[in-house]
Amino acid sequence: MKQRKMCVHLYVSLIVLLSVIVSGCGKASDTASDKNENIELLNVSYDPTREFYAAYNELFCKYWKEKSGKDVTITQSHGGSGSQARSVIEGNEADVVTLALAHDITAIEESGMIDRGWLSEFDGNSSPYTSTIVFLVRKGNEKNIHDWNDLVKDGVEVITPNPKTSGGACWNFLAAWAYQQAQDGADEELTKAFMKNLYQNVLVLDTGARGATNTFVENGQGDVLIAWENEAYLSIKEYPDDYEIITPSISILAQPSVAIVDSNVEEHGTRETAEAYLEYLYSDEAQRLAGNHYYRPSKENILKEFSEQFDLNMNLVTIEDFGGWDEAYRIYFDDGAIFDQIYED
Amino acid sequence: MEQQIIKVKNKKGVKVIPGFGLSLGITFFMLSALILIPLVSIFISASQLSFQEFVNVITSRQIVSGYVVSLSCAFFAALINAVFGLMLAWVLVRYNFPGKRLADGLIELPFALPTAVAGISLTYLYSDKGWIGSLFGKAGIKIAYTRIGITLAMIFVGIPFVVRAVQPVLEKLDRQYEEAAMMLGASRTYTFFRVVLPELFPALLAGFGLAFARGIGEYGSVVFIAGNLPYKTQIAPLLIISKLEQYKYADATAIALVLLLISFLLMLFINSLQIYMQKFIGT
Repeated sequence: MKQRKMCVHLYVSLIVLLSVIVSGCGKASDTASDKNENIELLNVSYDPTREFYAAYNELFCKYWKEKSGKDVTITQSHGGSGSQARSVIEGNEADVVTLALAHDITAIEESGMIDRGWLSEFDGNSSPYTSTIVFLVRKGNEKNIHDWNDLVKDGVEVITPNPKTSGGACWNFLAAWAYQQAQDGADEELTKAFMKNLYQNVLVLDTGARGATNTFVENGQGDVLIAWENEAYLSIKEYPDDYEIITPSISILAQPSVAIVDSNVEEHGTRETAEAYLEYLYSDEAQRLAGNHYYRPSKENILKEFSEQFDLNMNLVTIEDFGGWDEAYRIYFDDGAIFDQIYED
Repeated sequence: MEQQIIKVKNKKGVKVIPGFGLSLGITFFMLSALILIPLVSIFISASQLSFQEFVNVITSRQIVSGYVVSLSCAFFAALINAVFGLMLAWVLVRYNFPGKRLADGLIELPFALPTAVAGISLTYLYSDKGWIGSLFGKAGIKIAYTRIGITLAMIFVGIPFVVRAVQPVLEKLDRQYEEAAMMLGASRTYTFFRVVLPELFPALLAGFGLAFARGIGEYGSVVFIAGNLPYKTQIAPLLIISKLEQYKYADATAIALVLLLISFLLMLFINSLQIYMQKFIGT
């Protein structure tokens, strides 16, 4: 009798568990059958694009309603670029990814969720907007910072995130590297010594770009923040009297990449909308919107409209000059590579 | 037959809350789903590495320095918590004062507050531009972005463990012991160290252990105040995250496994010490 009672309890728990699982499945199939009436898109992006995509989603919804007559609901997700890529690999149902660097999208590609050749699917290496790395200094620029070589001077305190945990910080590192290579005639040992001095001046090595901005702006640490141009402009916009932007003579063309997550759009039946969503980023309206959010539009004619806002005379190297991301990671950021070496005594 | 069952029931006594089978089932389900299976998956994931690779990962200089930072800061934080936690518990149990209930509730705030919020506000206050940090800055002491800052964040997250472990024991502690000691001519310090403290010590040790273990694994609040400079202020959990960012899952779990083992050994040691000491106290 007691045993039977135990059995009953076991059944009850099993039924409860099963019903939870079944109701979960039911929900999933419901959304799939809805696909013709109201389309849902999930855009998994990185930290600083939050404001831009909020505005762009409105623009796109209007455009897509006019063009196809369908309503589309877009959900945004933001976080560190690397951890966002990981979340997609681990099952976050993203239809499109718009991340800080191609390397993170390649990681998704390697898991088989994105088809090969995504980099050439859209114009300009699938980068609808670009940015670069600039310096944000406190108003008055007391430490007289104008270029990368000013950052290694004694007493200058630098804030930049850790390339090992932040995609954006890789751009910072490579931009400084490119500058010193141009000065030293590409002598690696000299450049390494320069980088060592630079990182010895780093006061706080935050885990992400937003964290570094907070350390510099909210906690008042350091004399100079090495930052994305768009992040720097956002800080200026918020505190116009406290900071100024310094553009170094050499920097890097940061190309945040976008891609369709093929296996997910197949499953959701959203390929057409997802393609249009990314394609429309290249329209004149969207390009202007990107410019208004301090991203450099990738279309030349629109970029020229913003020549007042951006310093278009900067000498910009690209990731291709470093042999692509895989090569750059191998040489600079992997365990035991140059970034680790400059911290060893 | 029927009678027999009733007999058995009576013998065992009727439970106030029924359903031993159901609750045991749920207990095992929760334990497996939430603790055992994730724990096993750490071992499986780490076993992707060969032994040599595993050793290489956990003995690389940066990782070892991460362990040193995490362990030393957590140890000092737990030690400070043990002293001040005991004091807090003592005051909350033995004295009555206005706002006592409020103070008692505040102790639990570190449990409830998201650790990131704690980290950000501690950094804001204790950086050399912050309210409190600027005072220390004048004396030449830097708190935020140093190991002191890391320890501070760990003190914050660990204090409730000590207070909540000591409080109930202290409440039950019969004051007659102290009175008897006094009557027999023991000084106050003697009474405290030879009469009160031995009674409290097992609980204090448990609180210390929990606070220590919590500090070793603490990430959310510490990263904000740490500065995260390699070999200086980089904690072990940050190195796990940094391995994950490089998509090196096996390496990350190898680091985690060592942390887990350290925590486990620590708990084992403290628990055995507790059992050993209990023999002498006789509850």
